[in-house]
Amino acid sequence: MSTIVFIDTRGDKLPKAAQEAVTYASQLAGGPVTAVTFGNASNLESLGAQGASKVIVARGVSTVDGQQLTKLVADVAAQLNATTIVCVHDATGKAVAPRLAARLKAGHVAAALGLPVDSRFKRNVFSGKAQAWVEVTSPVKVISLMPNSVAIANGGGTATVEDYAGDLGPARIAVKEVRKAGTGIPLPEAELVVSAGRGMKGPEHWAPVEELATLLGAATACSRPVADMHWRPHHEHVGQTGVAIRPNLYIAIGISGAIQHLAGVNQSKVICVINKDPEAPFFKAADYGIVGDAFEVLPKLIEAAKKLNAER
Amino acid sequence: MKILVLLSQVPDTTSRIAFTNNNTQYDASGVTFIVNPYDEWYALVRALELKEAAGTGTVTTITVGGADTEATIRKGLAIGADEAVRVDAQPTDAMQVAEQVAAYAKDKGFDLVLAGKETIDHNGGQVGAMVAELLDLPYVPLASKLDIAGTTATVERDVPGGVEVLEVSLPLAIGASKGMAEQRIPNMRGIMAARTKPLTVVPAAAVSEVARTVQFELPPGKGAVKMIPAEDAGKLIELLHTEAKVI
Ligand SMILES: Cc1cc2nc3c(=O)[nH]c(=O)nc-3n(C[C@H](O)[C@H](O)[C@H](O)COP(=O)(O)OP(=O)(O)OC[C@H]3O[C@@H](n4cnc5c(N)ncnc54)[C@H](O)[C@@H]3O)c2cc1C
Ligand SMILES: Nc1ncnc2c1ncn2[C@@H]1O[C@H](COP(=O)(O)O)[C@@H](O)[C@H]1O
Repeated sequence: MSTIVFIDTRGDKLPKAAQEAVTYASQLAGGPVTAVTFGNASNLESLGAQGASKVIVARGVSTVDGQQLTKLVADVAAQLNATTIVCVHDATGKAVAPRLAARLKAGHVAAALGLPVDSRFKRNVFSGKAQAWVEVTSPVKVISLMPNSVAIANGGGTATVEDYAGDLGPARIAVKEVRKAGTGIPLPEAELVVSAGRGMKGPEHWAPVEELATLLGAATACSRPVADMHWRPHHEHVGQTGVAIRPNLYIAIGISGAIQHLAGVNQSKVICVINKDPEAPFFKAADYGIVGDAFEVLPKLIEAAKKLNAER
Repeated sequence: MKILVLLSQVPDTTSRIAFTNNNTQYDASGVTFIVNPYDEWYALVRALELKEAAGTGTVTTITVGGADTEATIRKGLAIGADEAVRVDAQPTDAMQVAEQVAAYAKDKGFDLVLAGKETIDHNGGQVGAMVAELLDLPYVPLASKLDIAGTTATVERDVPGGVEVLEVSLPLAIGASKGMAEQRIPNMRGIMAARTKPLTVVPAAAVSEVARTVQFELPPGKGAVKMIPAEDAGKLIELLHTEAKVI
């Protein structure tokens, strides 16, 4: 009986989601866990602070080939007799966790929101409009943690780092190219998001939206019609059919708050709505609201953000 | 080229969400069901485009569900699928659905298996990858573009901060997300043709349960919204800092 955690550690520093997953796995296990990762990350020892006693890393594997990674995790799970395998509900986790579950005939909880209660895991269903409690009935469990749902632990430990020695076979998926899209903070990881909709009237009016986002250190997002009309890039589209996010702060400017839009943002901790129509449905989902013209309100917000930045 | 598209049935995006039987079951009374948007708009339409470009091939849809899913399945045929399969089982868990799909597909030699990124009711994003594992196929989740030349597929997928361009040999499984195709509205001819296209019902395979949903709950309602006068809009930034403590 042991718990292992599979994380993607690519990037300039250890991703937040990886630290959350290690924290969560060690809370689930009630003690230190073994983490499994791939690629060239340095500083893996520091995952000891989140509760990893050991990190096993498959150095040669740099591609995201779900089959190779599944074999990697399954191998470590078999060696350690793991009965709980924690993954992250992100792009890499989505290529690996369900495969792993199918391979091990294990029940899989996708996008778990926290620690289980009476062995039941909570997750969002109906695009965040409801939650479900899931019971895993198989002996082995695969739990994918929803990013941004646990606080990262910061203990004092250091993990030992060990290279994976097995053979993962040839990759069937080759990475030809990686194109950076957009600048700054990727939306799914952003803690603060400034978003705007059709109320902005045209792509030429986005400068103040971007300026406010930059001042706050926020990522930018938009409603679906805005992306469909090519006012903004597609990866900024949030909602039912776009990216689902759960930042600490979501500021919506000139967005009506249609149910399909809310489905992707209703998990945000604090929602602010700026709309000139007091009847806009978004106000019902908001914590703070301003009824007003975006073109008059935005300069005031920018001025206040500058003032705040100067003070801290 | 033989293409299999996984079509699931979900409540219309504007449906009221309520539960019955002590919050153990979704209350479907008065709810309109639709094809899961990712399956219909992206996976199915891209499958049809690829077949049309190749000038040959078949597009088969598969749905795990009861007889109540047949109207939804016909929509797929009206949009242009050649044939449909329904596995006669009520979906209870992603693995159960995946095992049913894999049991049907395993010896049929599909070159391409297309699922949606996720269902908008269950939101798991699991079934496509599970089917891929059970059929020993490579799988790309969150794919926003798919092109095929000969036996090589070029797939783009969104990753945080960018787009990855991947190359994979067929056969292959994909989780389709936005960008892969444009929604197609079925025309009268399609709707008429759908009535006579084959919809085969196959019995469920025996699978053992590994997980189940035991209870639902609705999120607690939001407290009252705090309104700030537009003239005093800067106050919002101050409150976000001092009161909400998020900036
Ligand atoms: C199956 C399905 C899936 C969908 N998925 C998504 C999705 O993922 N994401 C998404 O966003 N939508 C989605 N939609 C579309 C959704 O239903 C709405 O049409 C869309 O969200 C509306 O975008 P909007 O609020 O920017 O535009 P509008 O509805 O046009 O609203 C503009 C708002 O701006 C306000 N406004 C106008 N001028 C100003 C001004 N000067 N200052 C301040 N406010 C102003 C108006 O009062 C209005 O409330 C989906 C629809 C369907 C059917
Ligand atoms: N009952 C079902 N029948 C057929 N395909 C399904 C079913 N449920 C899910 N799928 C497919 O699997 C994808 C991911 O579903 P999920 O894992 O539920 O988010 C969907 O977009 C569908 O393509």
